[in-house]
Amino acid sequence: MNDQWLDGERLQPLQLKFPEQLEIAADGAQAAVVIAPPALPALMEELRYGADWQFSMLSNLTAVDYKTYFMVVYHLYSPALRQGIVVKCRCEGENPIVPSVTHWWPAEFQEREVYDLLGVFFTGHGDLRRILMPDDYSGHPLRKDFQAPARAEKR
Amino acid sequence: MEVNNQELEKNFITTTVDKFLNIARSNSIWPLSCGLACCSMEMMAAAAARFDLSRFGYEVFRASPRQSDLLIVAGTLTWKMAGPLKRLYDQMPEPKYVIAMGSCANSGGPFADSYSVVPGVSEILPVDVYIPGCPPRPESLIQGMLELKKKIQNPELGRKTSDE
Repeated sequence: MNDQWLDGERLQPLQLKFPEQLEIAADGAQAAVVIAPPALPALMEELRYGADWQFSMLSNLTAVDYKTYFMVVYHLYSPALRQGIVVKCRCEGENPIVPSVTHWWPAEFQEREVYDLLGVFFTGHGDLRRILMPDDYSGHPLRKDFQAPARAEKR
Repeated sequence: MEVNNQELEKNFITTTVDKFLNIARSNSIWPLSCGLACCSMEMMAAAAARFDLSRFGYEVFRASPRQSDLLIVAGTLTWKMAGPLKRLYDQMPEPKYVIAMGSCANSGGPFADSYSVVPGVSEILPVDVYIPGCPPRPESLIQGMLELKKKIQNPELGRKTSDE
């Protein structure tokens, strides 16, 4: 049995549940929805436990720097219903703050990585500190405005 | 038993205690099992049957820095790993030696301008022998260790770490 597509019709209940906050960016083979940080916990609760969704697996968590805003990206999958969805959380400005999803999935390390490299702050994480860079490092190297120090300045 | 002088010359050498100790040291270096990246694969190959580092007496890779006298920095050293590696070096008993194996350990290699990579282990450790290559072949590592052997037997060839 192949993966089930989440077409526009099947995504309609989600749109009705979050009429204002949710935007369906893509449907079909790789469905994607965009949402703002305040509505994220309610959406994740619905996607994790809703009978039509059952997304019990967070297969990827990352973020993208679009210079004027950040997009935190969650790839969810439901082994039971064989369907996947991408949730994008759009945060305006230089200092993005997003609710942590550690309540629904074991995302501790992935959120730490996103915080370390892109400087996205996850509220409710509990242990949000650097994971790849040294603890005394300052800056977030994967940001678009990051300038790597020249070799002479490092010494 | 009668021993003539000719036989004696074949079986005895006269030397100093320091020199004798250096000969012993240089022929039984115990490296630390410490690999940071892809160079460590070549290091393992050098120790395995085909290249057989044990021909030179160097095959006893130790799992503890307390038992080692050589640190082969085999691979890319990141700033995050720099602290633990320095600590391993500090835990090794004197006399101790460091080989920088491969471009990354020598100078940071292709990652020299990266935000996370140490541009050469000489930034944090006193290096005795640099081995070029990306990665160096096992023969190169063997040659590097033989160069280290020369250096140990002739301490005047290199500065001692205590001089720095």
